[in-house]
Amino acid sequence: MPLFYGREIMSRMMLGTTQYPSPAIMAEAFGRSGAGIATVSVRREAGGAEGQGGGAFWQLVQRLGVTLLPNTAGCHSAREAVTTAQMARELFDTRWIKLEVIGHADTLQPDPFGLVEAARILTEEGFEVFPYTTEDVVLGERLLQAGCKVLMPWGAPIGTGLGLNNVYGLRSLRAQFPDVPMVVDAGLGLPSHAAAAMEMGFDAVLLNTAVARAGDPAAMAEAFGEAVRAGRRGFEADPMAPRDMAAPSTPLIGKAFLE
Amino acid sequence: MTELRKVTIAGAGVTGLTLAAELVDRGVKVRIADPAGAPGPHGCSWWAGGMLAPECEGESADPAVRRLGRQAADWWERQGAEVTRGGTLVVALNRDAGELERFARRVERGRMLDAEALGHLEPDLAGRFERGVLIESEAHLDPRAALGVLHARLEARGVTVERRDPMVESSAGTLIDARGLAASAALPDLRGVRGEMAILRSGDLRLGRPVRLLHPRYPLYVVPRGQGRFMIGATQIESSQRRHPRVRSVLELLSAAYALHPALAEADLLEIGSDARPAFPDNLPRIRKKGGHIHVNGLFRHGFLLSPSMAMMTADLICNDIEPEVMDEDHG
Repeated sequence: MPLFYGREIMSRMMLGTTQYPSPAIMAEAFGRSGAGIATVSVRREAGGAEGQGGGAFWQLVQRLGVTLLPNTAGCHSAREAVTTAQMARELFDTRWIKLEVIGHADTLQPDPFGLVEAARILTEEGFEVFPYTTEDVVLGERLLQAGCKVLMPWGAPIGTGLGLNNVYGLRSLRAQFPDVPMVVDAGLGLPSHAAAAMEMGFDAVLLNTAVARAGDPAAMAEAFGEAVRAGRRGFEADPMAPRDMAAPSTPLIGKAFLE
Repeated sequence: MTELRKVTIAGAGVTGLTLAAELVDRGVKVRIADPAGAPGPHGCSWWAGGMLAPECEGESADPAVRRLGRQAADWWERQGAEVTRGGTLVVALNRDAGELERFARRVERGRMLDAEALGHLEPDLAGRFERGVLIESEAHLDPRAALGVLHARLEARGVTVERRDPMVESSAGTLIDARGLAASAALPDLRGVRGEMAILRSGDLRLGRPVRLLHPRYPLYVVPRGQGRFMIGATQIESSQRRHPRVRSVLELLSAAYALHPALAEADLLEIGSDARPAFPDNLPRIRKKGGHIHVNGLFRHGFLLSPSMAMMTADLICNDIEPEVMDEDHG
């Protein structure tokens, strides 16, 4: 099972906590998916100067009984993300922070420069940073140099459900840092996307919209849970190498040649 | 039973007033008390959209919302509120066409319109959307006017909102607690879900019915309120903080309104409001017996849609001892 900052998590599935029809359905989705980590956004729920408005909801999230990973969703600068991370540490009493620094309002893609800067500051302040990044290998390297010990490359832009947009890039990132725990985060729409990511050797997946906005979120959560387990088992079973030529599984010897 | 037929209702929001009206209609002697007095900006129903849209809500809410909500328009009309039965039009920007497809597939009683039919229905939206879904059976009202109608009707029958805290000063008969979020201390599983809204006035846009804009990030509805006024709403944030609309929320609402129709950029911004709606973890309402009181709460974003059926079920419980489907008991 994956180790994140020395902590073993008994599931390879992580789920977000937004956009569900109700907290009760969210709890059911967690139960049926077997997710071991819940991400929780701090900025929007807290809101404003007082910063405690989301208390009742956060209690419901805490009652899920899974490890919490607060995030800096909605932050558009390193400074904003650092402040939000500090608030999250107070609220949830954890050093873990999923770092999102959004660089583009429409595509919500990460701002690589702000991300590295915020990762460096937060690591220096004792945080254990889970950076939401692209599949870019150089950016991954800079994040590791800044002190991150986990990478969270995107599958596709947040909320699009497009799946793994750049399979080649994800494969090469995985191959480049074989010992770094990596979580494919964002853009997954179907259980098969999650299975594909796991088959490539990623340690876990994180998703939210694909489950929360499904017609039956709990059933979709279960389907993703099964896909994650199937994909991981497939990876561990050491898949065959694909080849161009057909190789019959029944020997041809003894059969008549027709031509 | 005679003992039960005296009722004091705590809270003069939409839940308390609909319940008072229903009980008075059934011959129950009702008192209603609220430290803030008659309905006003202090209660979250003041900021509601007033859509009686069980089908649209049922697209993502529990089927109970659809079923119970279908009784709302008739009830409000019986009480003398002005109910407009023009249906709901649902549209999406062309790049979100998939959202509209999905909505059409999931909603009951909806009908897909092409661009021509849509333009015929709402001429000011002609040419802006390739398609839309019309739900003819839905209706809307002006929440503040409707609260006023109930309030006046109760006063005419001798029931005035007593400006006192009924939870402190004891009252005769059964106490029904309809205080919304103010009852949080007694209902630990009740939470606030914040909503923000605005009221605009435009001389350039006419709409015959509420229009919903599906959007993956910023869903919006626009409800015509007459005299060029439109209510636009509403955000849904897991927070119990009530006052002070957030800049980001207002930016999102106004941007979405502008995307619906650019004429709204020139509208007067009459009001920006925010409040928190009371909700239980499944976002469904409850009639709950606890500590000798009856709580009616958790109407979430469905105050005007579900308060009539909640009132009828609570009245059935009090007058006829019929156990309602949304009842639970807390012996704690």
